[in-house]
Amino acid sequence: MSETIVEVNHLRKEFNGTVAVADLSFTVQRGEIVGLLGANGAGKTTAIQTLLGLIKLTGGTVRVFGMDLERHRVDILQRANFCSAYTGLPSNLKVWENLYIFARIYGVADHKRKTDDLLALLEISHLRKAITGHLSSGESTRVNICKALLNDPELLLLDEPTASLDPDIADKVRKLLRRIQRERNITMIYTSHNMRDVQEVCDRVLFMHKGRIIAQGTPQQVMDQFNQTSLEDVFISVARGGDVLTPNTEER
Amino acid sequence: MNWRRISALVLRYTFLYTRSLPRVAEMFFWPVMDLLVWGFITVYLLRMEHKLPAAITFLLGAMIFWDILYRAQQAVTISFLEDIWARNVLNIFVAPIRVSEFIVATYIVGFVKILITVAVLASLAYGLYSWSLFQMGLALIPLFANLLLMGWAVGMMTTGLIMRWGQSAEALAWGIPFLIQPLAAVFYPLDVLPAWLQPIARTIPATHVFEGMRAVLKGEGLSLHHLGWAFGLNILYLIGGALFFRWMYQLARDKGLLAKLGTQ
Repeated sequence: MSETIVEVNHLRKEFNGTVAVADLSFTVQRGEIVGLLGANGAGKTTAIQTLLGLIKLTGGTVRVFGMDLERHRVDILQRANFCSAYTGLPSNLKVWENLYIFARIYGVADHKRKTDDLLALLEISHLRKAITGHLSSGESTRVNICKALLNDPELLLLDEPTASLDPDIADKVRKLLRRIQRERNITMIYTSHNMRDVQEVCDRVLFMHKGRIIAQGTPQQVMDQFNQTSLEDVFISVARGGDVLTPNTEER
Repeated sequence: MNWRRISALVLRYTFLYTRSLPRVAEMFFWPVMDLLVWGFITVYLLRMEHKLPAAITFLLGAMIFWDILYRAQQAVTISFLEDIWARNVLNIFVAPIRVSEFIVATYIVGFVKILITVAVLASLAYGLYSWSLFQMGLALIPLFANLLLMGWAVGMMTTGLIMRWGQSAEALAWGIPFLIQPLAAVFYPLDVLPAWLQPIARTIPATHVFEGMRAVLKGEGLSLHHLGWAFGLNILYLIGGALFFRWMYQLARDKGLLAKLGTQ
């Protein structure tokens, strides 16, 4: 029987009267990888930041692990983690120092073994003593993923984890995430502008436009709904004609 | 409040400072330069001692005390800025860390940095000018503590402003203490200020600390009157600073500024 990990009900967020998320409701089950898609301004970043407790809701509720996010933020974050291409770790610290600090923050038992295991899993054991600021983009991303897995998260939020990576490393990261998800049954919420990422990694996608979900399902179902052959084509159709374009409801 | 998480944050700053020569140098460079300038001014003034009271040596004490206040405020604000500069703010705010734990960690880091800086300054003042900070005896402890408390309170306010206004408000980290300095009667007695300004100056805890320090150096002993005022005002400042910080934090969450701080 599936277990609901994330439950968003009528989430609404306005910034000074401008609606960023109009009315968002969805659930994510344990072990699912759900992609949040949409053009710039669709509301997906606001949605993911809200799930992390970085943004206060204007309306609606968010429950994670059955707990209200506003009331149990710290308890929820203890069981979740986050990785983004747009964040960094202190650049003058060594990789192991950065990981050790976060291991302590999350209260990871046997942190040395855990860190070594993760570095090996991500094939960056040789970077243990490297200065973080000296790493390449691909290496930094893998260190960030390492940080995001330190506490064995039940929920992992990934904000464009493959942005700025070359196709080879991006492919490795995608395969790795898929493998980790299979092995550990982690629930993941994934945002990306790279439709290939999404098609390859996500079990289900939520297509957002102007702060609302306009389509959802497996990548194939969403493509079928829009009569398109790839998610990229769906993305372009929505971005260019989103105001008038609606999914083919007959096929829903 | 979870001490494991606080100790992790303290450790992070320890790594940060011990790995960076410029950061270590910054702890000593400006205070030592200030000490040299004020030390030589004091030496010069003492040569005119027939015209000036011997208590002029309080200038050295004032300089060191001012540095305690300044560094305490800086420790809170710069610690937060360090995370912005490293694009690490998001990692911190999406970790299971309470805001209070983050603040307490910056207090501890500030306290240690101040102890180290003051130890160096006190040694130099004694070595170069035969002036001992410890001539104040046990009075040094409550005076030091009150400067620390005020520095922390002001640090929370400036950090709140940076949280709300972003890196464009970074100059406040260095500027705000100097808004207080003329009123806090750091290098001159309170009665030097115009009569209309003195009641305002009395609302600043540091004013009472500096008045108290001068009284101790003049051999008048620790003024419980000034100490009481400094402590009472500091309680109000700390409560006000915490409420202001909380307000700015909630405002930053409401406007989605935390995420922007983390990625700008």
